[in-house]
Amino acid sequence: MSFFEVADAAVAAAIEAGARYADARVMHRRYESMSVRNTEVEDLTQTEDAGIGVRALVGSSWGFHALPDLTEAGARRAGRAATEIARASARVPGPPLELVEVEVRVDSWANPCRIDPLSVSLSEKGDLLVETTRLMVEHGADIAEASYSIWDARIWFTSSAGHRIEQHIRKCGAGSSATAIGEHETQRRSSPRQYGTAGWELVEDLDLIGSAPQLASEARALLTAPPCPEGTTTLILGSEQMALQIHESVGHAVELDRILGWEAAFAGTSWLDLSQLGNLQYGSPLMNITADPTIPGALGSFGYDDEGTPAAPRDIVRDGIWVGVLAGRDSAAVAGLDYAGSVRSDGWARLPMVRMTNVGLLPGPHSLEEMIAETSEGVFMETNRSWSIDDKRLNFQFGCEIGWEIRNGKRGRMLRNPTYTGIGPVFWRSMDMLGGADELIVWGTPNCGKGQPSQIGHTGHPAVPARFTNVRVGVRG
Amino acid sequence: MSAELDIAAQVLELVRHRAPNAAAEVFVETHRLALTRFANSFIHQNVADEGTSVWLRLHHDGRTAIGSANIGPLSSLDDFVARTLTASQLLPVDPSWPGLNGAESAEAALHGQNNLDEATFHASPDDRAAVVRAFVDAAEGLPTAGYCRTTGSTAAYANTAGRSVTGAASTAAVDAIARTPSSDGVARIASVRLSDMDGARLGAVAVAKARAGTEPVTLPAGQYPVVLEPAAVIDVLISLGLYGFNGKALLERRSFIAPGEAQFDPVISLVDDPTLGLPFDIEGTPKRRLNLVTDGVTQTAVHDRRTAAALKVSSTGHAIAGGARLGPFPQNLLLSPAPEAPAGSSTVDDLPIADPSVAPLIAGMERGLLVSDLWYTRVLDPRTVVMTGLTRNGVWLIENGELVRPVRNLRFTQSYPSALAPGAVRAVGSRAITIPYNWGLLTATAPALAVESWNFTGDATG
Repeated sequence: MSFFEVADAAVAAAIEAGARYADARVMHRRYESMSVRNTEVEDLTQTEDAGIGVRALVGSSWGFHALPDLTEAGARRAGRAATEIARASARVPGPPLELVEVEVRVDSWANPCRIDPLSVSLSEKGDLLVETTRLMVEHGADIAEASYSIWDARIWFTSSAGHRIEQHIRKCGAGSSATAIGEHETQRRSSPRQYGTAGWELVEDLDLIGSAPQLASEARALLTAPPCPEGTTTLILGSEQMALQIHESVGHAVELDRILGWEAAFAGTSWLDLSQLGNLQYGSPLMNITADPTIPGALGSFGYDDEGTPAAPRDIVRDGIWVGVLAGRDSAAVAGLDYAGSVRSDGWARLPMVRMTNVGLLPGPHSLEEMIAETSEGVFMETNRSWSIDDKRLNFQFGCEIGWEIRNGKRGRMLRNPTYTGIGPVFWRSMDMLGGADELIVWGTPNCGKGQPSQIGHTGHPAVPARFTNVRVGVRG
Repeated sequence: MSAELDIAAQVLELVRHRAPNAAAEVFVETHRLALTRFANSFIHQNVADEGTSVWLRLHHDGRTAIGSANIGPLSSLDDFVARTLTASQLLPVDPSWPGLNGAESAEAALHGQNNLDEATFHASPDDRAAVVRAFVDAAEGLPTAGYCRTTGSTAAYANTAGRSVTGAASTAAVDAIARTPSSDGVARIASVRLSDMDGARLGAVAVAKARAGTEPVTLPAGQYPVVLEPAAVIDVLISLGLYGFNGKALLERRSFIAPGEAQFDPVISLVDDPTLGLPFDIEGTPKRRLNLVTDGVTQTAVHDRRTAAALKVSSTGHAIAGGARLGPFPQNLLLSPAPEAPAGSSTVDDLPIADPSVAPLIAGMERGLLVSDLWYTRVLDPRTVVMTGLTRNGVWLIENGELVRPVRNLRFTQSYPSALAPGAVRAVGSRAITIPYNWGLLTATAPALAVESWNFTGDATG
C-alpha cells in the first residue's frame, strides 16, 4: 500500500463517518543534531518517526487526530477519530464556515539540495564543531558551543477534494557561540545562526571556524565594555537583528488567526484591525515587506503548504502601507479574503495552523556604511540576545549581544548589554535609511513557538541593515 | 510485564547481541495528548494524538550516543539499535560519562503512587467539550478563549545494569480567558484529574476579573510594590529554576545560587514536589520531594547523573530527553504557602478580582499594584536572572489596602532573585494553586506573593 493510499484511506474513513471535508498527511521525518561544548560532544541526537495526521470538518467544526500507524486499519482509525472529535467540537459550535477555494493539484516538489546533510559523516560534522569550539576556548571563551541541526521530511498529502501532493523537504543549519563569565555577569557572542531549505553546502559556507577567534575575543571584551547608555537616540540595526525585528513585530502581527482572535488566550491577538487593511500606515515609505515561500533555499520555503495551497509570493506591506496577511483556508474565509497558503504544522502529530513563511524586507537605497557616516550620534546593535513583545505585537523590548557607539559618522566604543524598546508602527515609521540589495541576507529562524499543543515553526526572513530615529535604548533593571 | 517494559527489554537484548560490552539504557513511553481549544466562544481546534516512543542511550568503547524513534511502521527496533550503535562508534571519547543507575530496588524508592487517574487517562473529546461548554456558558455572553487538556502516559525504564521501573501518570488542565473590549480575565488550574476542572467556576472567575479590568488607566513607569497572583509567581519560579537551580548552570558558574547561603527572604521556602507526572526520570532515577530553598536559605540545585557526577553529588531525578544542552531544571516547583493568612483584615474579600487568600496581601499594601500574570518574559542576563516582560490579564492599582482601579499593562525589567531577596518579600499568600505553564507541559504550584519593589520601565503603549 503506498503512502498516498494510506492517506486516502484515512480521508475516506473520515468522510464515511460524516465529515464534509477531510485531508490527511502521511509524514516520514528524520532529525539529527549535534552540539559540542568546549571540544566535547555533549549531545548527538538522531530521531526518526512516521505517522498520519487527519483533519475532518463536520458542519463548522474541526477535528484532528494523529497516529503513528501507517496500515490501512490505522489510517481508517485516525480518520474516524478525527470526525468523532469534530462532532465533539460541535457541542460548542462556531458560525457557518466555507473554506476558501484552492486549485486542486496532483504534484510533487523537492527543495534544492546539493549535499544531502544526512549523508555527510558524523565524524566530519563533529570535527567542524570541535575545531570551532577549540579555537574559541583558545581565544578566551569560558564556554564555547557549536551545533548543527538537520531535518529531512517526506510528506504525502491527500484531501477529499482530490489533492495528491508529495514533497521532500530537507533543511539544515549551524551556529556557534562564545561565552565569557565575569564576576557578576556573562557575555556571549554568537556566529550568524543560519538555517535554510538547503543541503550541507549551506553549513560549509558559514565559515564557523574562521569566525571563532573574533567571537571569543569580543565576548571577553564585552565584560569590561561600558554599558549601553540610557536615552533616546538614532539606532542602526544589523541585518540579523532586523530579521528578528521583522519576525516579531511584523510577521506575527499579520497572522490572520491572531487578528481574528483565535490565539487570544495564548500567543495573543494583533494590534491590526482588518478594517485598516489597505489603508494603515505601518511604516515609512521605505518599508516593503513580502511573504514569499518560493525563495530558493530560505527556511520558510515549500512547494505547497499543509492545506495543499501552492506556494506564492504576496505583498504584506507596500511603500509603508499594510496590504496583506498570512492566512489559511478557514481564516481567510472568515475574514472575507480570497487567498490562503500560510498553514503549516511541525509534524504529522500536530494540527496545521497559520505560520510565517519567508517574511522579509525588500532592500532599500542605502548601505550600512552610509548609515554610520550620516549619523552624528547613535548606537549600532547586532545579534539578538533576548526578545520580548506584548500579546498585541505592539510593545517590544529587544536586547542585542553587542553594540557600538556612533559619534560624528564613525563607529566608536564597544557597548555591552545594548537594549532598545518601542512601539511597532512608531518604530517602523521612523525608519529613514535601509540597506541595499548587496547587503540582503535571507535569515532562518528554526525556533518559532506557537500553538497549543506547542509547535516549533521554521521561518525565513530576508533582511538588510536599517536605521531608525528617536529610539529609546539602554533600558535595564 | 508492561508493554513499554517489554519493548525496553527487546531493545536491551538487541544491544547485547550487537555490542555485548555496551552500557545501555532505554526509556519507553506511550502517551496520549488531547487538547480542546476554543476562541470567540467556540471550539476552533480540537486535537488528539497518541503513540509510543523509545529513547536509547548507549556507551560503548568510551563513546556515547543517543537515539530516539517512535514505534512505527518504517523502521525496526534492530535498525534503530544498529543506527545508534554506529553513531557511537563515530563520535569522540566521552570523558564525563556518568555510568548507569544500579540495579538496587528502584521501585521501592519511587515517590508514592503513580500520579494517575484512569478517567482522565481515557477522557473523551466529549468530556473535554463539556468543560469548555460550561466555561463558555458561565461567561454571560463575553467572548472566551482557552483550552481544556488531558494527557496520559505509561512508561518504562530499563538498563543493562539490571534496573527496570515502570510508571503511569495523567494530567488535566484548563487555561482560559474571558474578554471585554478593553480587558481580559484569566482562570487556570492543573491537576491529575479532569474531574477537578470545574468549567463553570473557572468561567465565572475569568468573567469577574475581565469585568473588573475594563477601561484601565495608564500609570507612569517606576518602582512599585506588587502583589503577584499565583500565575505571575509561577513565571518567577520557573525562571529561577531554569537559570538558577539548574545543575548544569551551577556546574558552569552561570547560576546565581550559592547553597547554604541566605539568598532569599526568610518567608521563601521552595521545593520540587513531583505530584504530577511520571515518578522517575529518563535515566530511571526516582523523583522525590526536594528542598531547594528552606526559610530563605538556598539548599541545592537539581541534577541529572552527568551534572551530579561532575559535582560529586547524587542525581535528583531531573534528566529529560534532549536536556543535555539546557541542563536539568525543576519540573514541579512548589512555593510553600503561608501556614495561615497574614494578619490584617481585608476589604476586598467580596470582590471577585482576587482569590480570598490574596486579599490580606492587598489589605497590607499602602500603594502598589496587583498583577495577575507575567507574559513573554525573557532573560537579559542569566547570571542575575534579569528578566524583561509584560503584565497581562489584569493589573490593578492598590491604595490604602484597597483595589481602586484597573491599570494598563506595563513592561518591566527586573532581577527575579532580587525581588525575593532577604527583606524584599512582604508576605506569602495562604493558598497555593497548581497552574499549567505557558509552554510545554510544565506545571508549578504557588500562592500569591507581595514584594517590596518591581521595576516597571514603561506602559505597554510606549
